[in-house]
Amino acid sequence: MSPAITHVTLAANEASEHRGLIITLFALFVLATLGITVWAGRQTKDAADFYAGGRQFSAFQNGLAVSGDYMSAASFLGIAGAIALFGYDGFLYSIGFLVAWLVALLLVAEPLRNSGRYTMGDVLAYRMRQRPVRTAAGTSTIVVSIFYLLAQMAGAGVLVSLLLGITSDAGKILIVALVGVLMIVYVSIGGMKGTTWVQMVKAVLLIGGTLLITFLVLLKFDFNISDLLGKAADNSGAGAAFLEPGLQYGADGTTKLDFISLGIALVLGTAGLPHILIRFYTVPNAKAARKSVNWAIGIIGGFYLMTIALGFGAAALISRDEIIASNPSGNTAAPLLALHLGGVDSTWGAILLATISAVAFATILAVVAGLTLASSSSFAHDIYANVIRKGKATEKEEMRAARWATVFIGVVSIALGALARDLNVAGLVALAFAVAASANLPTILYSLFWKRFTTQGALWSIYGGLIVAVGLVLFSPVVSGDPKAMFPDVDFAWFPLKNPGIISIPFGFLMGWLGTVLSKEEPDAKKYAELEVRSLTGTGAH
Amino acid sequence: MAAEAPPPSTERHKLPTPEEFTEVQESAEFGELRRSYRSFAFPLTVAFIAWYLLYVLLSNYAGDFMGAKLFGNINVAFVFGVLQFVTTFLIAWWYSRHAAVKLDPKAEAIKTRMEGGA
Repeated sequence: MSPAITHVTLAANEASEHRGLIITLFALFVLATLGITVWAGRQTKDAADFYAGGRQFSAFQNGLAVSGDYMSAASFLGIAGAIALFGYDGFLYSIGFLVAWLVALLLVAEPLRNSGRYTMGDVLAYRMRQRPVRTAAGTSTIVVSIFYLLAQMAGAGVLVSLLLGITSDAGKILIVALVGVLMIVYVSIGGMKGTTWVQMVKAVLLIGGTLLITFLVLLKFDFNISDLLGKAADNSGAGAAFLEPGLQYGADGTTKLDFISLGIALVLGTAGLPHILIRFYTVPNAKAARKSVNWAIGIIGGFYLMTIALGFGAAALISRDEIIASNPSGNTAAPLLALHLGGVDSTWGAILLATISAVAFATILAVVAGLTLASSSSFAHDIYANVIRKGKATEKEEMRAARWATVFIGVVSIALGALARDLNVAGLVALAFAVAASANLPTILYSLFWKRFTTQGALWSIYGGLIVAVGLVLFSPVVSGDPKAMFPDVDFAWFPLKNPGIISIPFGFLMGWLGTVLSKEEPDAKKYAELEVRSLTGTGAH
Repeated sequence: MAAEAPPPSTERHKLPTPEEFTEVQESAEFGELRRSYRSFAFPLTVAFIAWYLLYVLLSNYAGDFMGAKLFGNINVAFVFGVLQFVTTFLIAWWYSRHAAVKLDPKAEAIKTRMEGGA
């Protein structure tokens, strides 16, 4: 136990010696992005600028920004950690997160771009009674985003404790608060335009950093992947089992079910994530939306392939004890790997550690900004403008509401961020995916493709999926009854799975169907004709 | 009444009336576009989800098969995982080609006519 501890303290000490460098890199990124934000803020004049960045981004730019929005701390820190600790089982995240894009490409991106304006709620409420459906869509947007934010905040806390040797709760909370304040500034000043540019910068940094680490890992093994895997297996202490499925989820029937549940949530979640969906409004038309998804699939796919080198590289080059001692869920495996690649006692090691940590920090900031924008847009456009003001708010009032919502959501996520420190970041994001797949995806698909779908169906589906997904998480080992839970000291968990998807996603679909067939009102055939023609042809899209 | 209906001042084209939308929706031309889209996208979605679930289920319940080594330390599970990447890239490319060749021209024709005020 003690050697590992010394090693980690060493990492922290070394980082502390180069604290100046680390802080400089962080500050550079923050300053650059603040510059972008202020510049973008000056160009943000109307609601289409604030919500959709003026719809003038090219397909490539948006593809890069989508990638930036999607490759969160979960992908970078969480997956690397999950593979480093559990080997092959961690790789499921990479695969599920990527395959999921096909759902977005084939079924959602283009129709959404063609028929909505600013939010997911635009499409869901298209042919329904506006106020109840927009309230539901806004609620689920905010809940999904807060789950996702929680994961990013956990990642930020973890990074900082590694880097600056801050282990006190006060120190971590201070950092989480700093992230929160920055995101409020980014979003409320820069709007979608600023946020999109921040995502692009971040995507380039993340891909660059990951390429560098991948190259260095492969160099150590003479570009022989088989050797890398072999060394990882030996070093993990698990042997060949490390390279096979089952190390994390193979224990018994329940854990296997959890694996399936996670798998389903990952593949169906993406197309229901509000912060991803609103990105399709930033391009001029559906064709550009399709192209930006293709760019994103290429970029994200390349990145997830590199998580093999990141995760197995960490397993091969760092002792398991050291990874666990630094963070019980492996969230710091990627930065630790950078340190080891440069040399634990060398300046290079410290520089690499600082660089990769700055990249991870940039990743977190950018994703947090995207999430905040999605939830404040939905609050302002769906709930404030269309429900509270019944469509009578001016654009100025709507944008002011969005800015205030940003502040509110920032404060809420700062408060929640402190609770989730020891959970694996990828696992937390998977919960957001499960909620999105249960509450949002069924309604999106039914709205676009099912003629008979009614308001009651939409409401049952959104609230049913939302309540069951969140409820099952609440009573799962993620929240209580487990040493790594948010509240480890109490136990009110009766649902055995860590991911609720296998129950809540079919439930969301079922409720949408049931609500529709049991509803007394007739679906609005004219509105459906309009939605269908618009969604497939782009007629009247703006 | 609907909040999506854009204010006339910002709309460059004339927006068709509800009757025109219904008429187009019932037209043979639009039916062909819908069929061409759905008969491609729906089965393909079912197929890639089944292919992905196969991978998930094999990981769970066919440990020996997935653990079988093919060369060096590369086992079936690893190859299966990488194949999921390959198929994702291929399907994205295939759909985009279908959309560009079969869907875009039809959609474009209908859109132009409706916005032109046919």
